[in-house]
Amino acid sequence: MSGGSSSAVAGVVAGPAGTTEGSSAMMDGQAEAYNFAYLDEETKRMIRRALLKAVAIPGYQVPFASREMPMPYGWGTGGVQLTAACLRPDDTLKVIDQGADDTTNAVSIRRFFQRTADVAVTERTAEATVIQTRHRIPETPLREDQILVYQVPIPEPMRFLEPRETETRKMHALEEYGLMHVKLYEDIARHGHIATSYAYPVKVEGRYVMDPSPIPKFDNPKMEMAALQLFGAGREQRIYAIPPHTRVVSLDFEDHPFEASKADQACALCGAEDSYLDEVITDDAGTRMYVCSDTDYCGTRQAAGEEAR
Amino acid sequence: MTQDALSGGFADPARAAAEAFRASLDALARPGTIHRASGGSGPAPLSPAAATLLLTLCDAGTPLHLAGDHDTADIRAWVAFHLGAPLVAPGAAQFALGTWQALGPLGAYPQGESEYPDRSATLIVECGALEARGSRLTGPGIATEARLSLPETEAFRANAARFPLGLDFFFCAGDRLAALPRTTRVEAG
Repeated sequence: MSGGSSSAVAGVVAGPAGTTEGSSAMMDGQAEAYNFAYLDEETKRMIRRALLKAVAIPGYQVPFASREMPMPYGWGTGGVQLTAACLRPDDTLKVIDQGADDTTNAVSIRRFFQRTADVAVTERTAEATVIQTRHRIPETPLREDQILVYQVPIPEPMRFLEPRETETRKMHALEEYGLMHVKLYEDIARHGHIATSYAYPVKVEGRYVMDPSPIPKFDNPKMEMAALQLFGAGREQRIYAIPPHTRVVSLDFEDHPFEASKADQACALCGAEDSYLDEVITDDAGTRMYVCSDTDYCGTRQAAGEEAR
Repeated sequence: MTQDALSGGFADPARAAAEAFRASLDALARPGTIHRASGGSGPAPLSPAAATLLLTLCDAGTPLHLAGDHDTADIRAWVAFHLGAPLVAPGAAQFALGTWQALGPLGAYPQGESEYPDRSATLIVECGALEARGSRLTGPGIATEARLSLPETEAFRANAARFPLGLDFFFCAGDRLAALPRTTRVEAG
């Protein structure tokens, strides 16, 4: 359900050079000539209304009139729109891509909001009030006063099983999730265990089955947290949410219980044994090392002198 | 308090709306918590919190129902100038504004559809006071339990029983607001 909208955000370019051609009058104190947080107010109201309904119906995908953003689909246009609709001037923003603050996607989104909203930014999880993430949940537990915004490629957990939106929508309405369990069962039949290792489906507050975005299933248990979690899928035009302290159960079977797995190693840089690890190939001979995917967590531990080796 | 229709908007619309939205988002995500929402004002009996909420969420795309004492010529003129929201009967409303007594019966508002439960009304309830005591709230957004001075409990219990359909509520008193999504279980305090 979206408000009628006639205003367009086209005409501005968010390249590193920072042209402001085609935008309206200069805002006081803001270096750029954009509206605060880039989007026009009518668009923000439409997104905000969808966000409130998403919070009121945990796990349900609210349709919204996603806008074109100055970045391609797949680069986080859904997350960026939610962040733009949520940001306050005194927020501190952190953006991570697969746990890292220093990748191209994270850096460009962070810089985008520095320029268009003039907000403070940080790489420290504990200092951030809004965290936009692609495919990870930070290792540091989140607090009540923080919001976690996920970038979502495919919001519908059953899309690869049933391509028709009309059908999956009916399945959600009827709470008919047999297909999802069949998929997990086929995993067991073929591999001997549930081989789904990311985008592992969850049931929210005992009602809607939800795609947690392609986070590793290691992160699934963290979704029962004190912070508000918002999910934005720009190309697919869906918003959904998990309020704080909400039951989030990973689907499983009694004889094949859900297991949050990770590489059975310690981080080569900080020695952490409890964090999710990336496998890094270091030469042509197949030598590899495992390092924390969460760069802030790893860096903080290294700085604290907790190197194990 | 008299106020003409042209005044009472946000001084700095983008930033004021951003602050007000976060207050309402926080309120709905944590039922029972009370937040400050200010920046907007309208003709009596419209509270500053309700005016701020309307300015933040409503526009020409959101049919609005004015109930009881809030359906005045002054408020209609204020809504026309600041929001442009079409004024409608409860059955067509996306938002409704009024006191608890004036807004009823709740069955008159869109409750959502089974395939689109988001297509339900949001009620903005004007209250004399808001306090963190009274009815006991549990459910999503609440770690253990919360307390909120609600006008009654039975209507909210019936509303929650219809989940995922149902209405969502904002309660406004002065420049303070709280919220109750359809997921919250309400018991007498």
